[in-house]
Amino acid sequence: MTPVQLIFLAVAAVTLAAALMVVLTRNLIHAALWLIVTLFGVAVFYVLLNAGFFAVVQVVVYIGAIAILFIFAAMLTRRVMQDTGPQLNAGSWLAGLVAVLSFGGLVAVLSQWPGFSSQAAALPEGADPLVQLGTALVSPDAYVLPFELASVLLVAAMIGAITVSLEKKP
Amino acid sequence: MIPLSWYLILAAALFCIGLFGVLGRRNAIAILMGIELMLNAVNINLVAFWRYRAAEGIAGQAFAIIVFAVAAAEVAVGLALIISIYRRRNSVVADDINLMKG
Repeated sequence: MTPVQLIFLAVAAVTLAAALMVVLTRNLIHAALWLIVTLFGVAVFYVLLNAGFFAVVQVVVYIGAIAILFIFAAMLTRRVMQDTGPQLNAGSWLAGLVAVLSFGGLVAVLSQWPGFSSQAAALPEGADPLVQLGTALVSPDAYVLPFELASVLLVAAMIGAITVSLEKKP
Repeated sequence: MIPLSWYLILAAALFCIGLFGVLGRRNAIAILMGIELMLNAVNINLVAFWRYRAAEGIAGQAFAIIVFAVAAAEVAVGLALIISIYRRRNSVVADDINLMKG
């Protein structure tokens, strides 16, 4: 056991436990707070994968924007679903069965793949992945079109969200 | 060092927890939280495959960035829809939202 492996296992345990709390806890605000813990755990995995930029984006976009949006939505709709009453629907045992079966199926399929337990090769010398990513995102022969499309999608989603949630004045 | 399998199993577990949240919860906001967990699991997989299988290219990271953008757009529209439905029908329970039911 190397220290990195111990860090991985500890963070994985915290992340999965927090994810379970997200889907099982009764109080929606608490679920949103557990979601923040899960997202922090995922950010740690990005650091372990030598993708520090993704860890920063995860903290800024997911925790800074999306989790706060969830907390606001939970507070705005708080009156209807108090913490009493069932939070899981009638078919939730079936949902649990589907989840466990798909986990088993995924692991079974993945473990037959020859590259399943491959080790990470050393990163190429002299090439900063962040510089490469930035260049690729704006270079015409790489990913400039998906990048611009994502911008258009974000603007469209923002306008759509405002339009949908606007209160109609009579 | 950490083998690739650990990341894949972790992402599969996170995905299945999110799947349970999507299928089993009654509250529409909790369903959206489950979708966020699933998207995060997919992103871990994308970055792990980039690091272990194709670290000399950049396609995996570019793909993961697009997933971030789509997740942000999805949650903004989803929460706006839920708040709009809450205003009109005073409910966020997914079973009650059956306007299209024949």
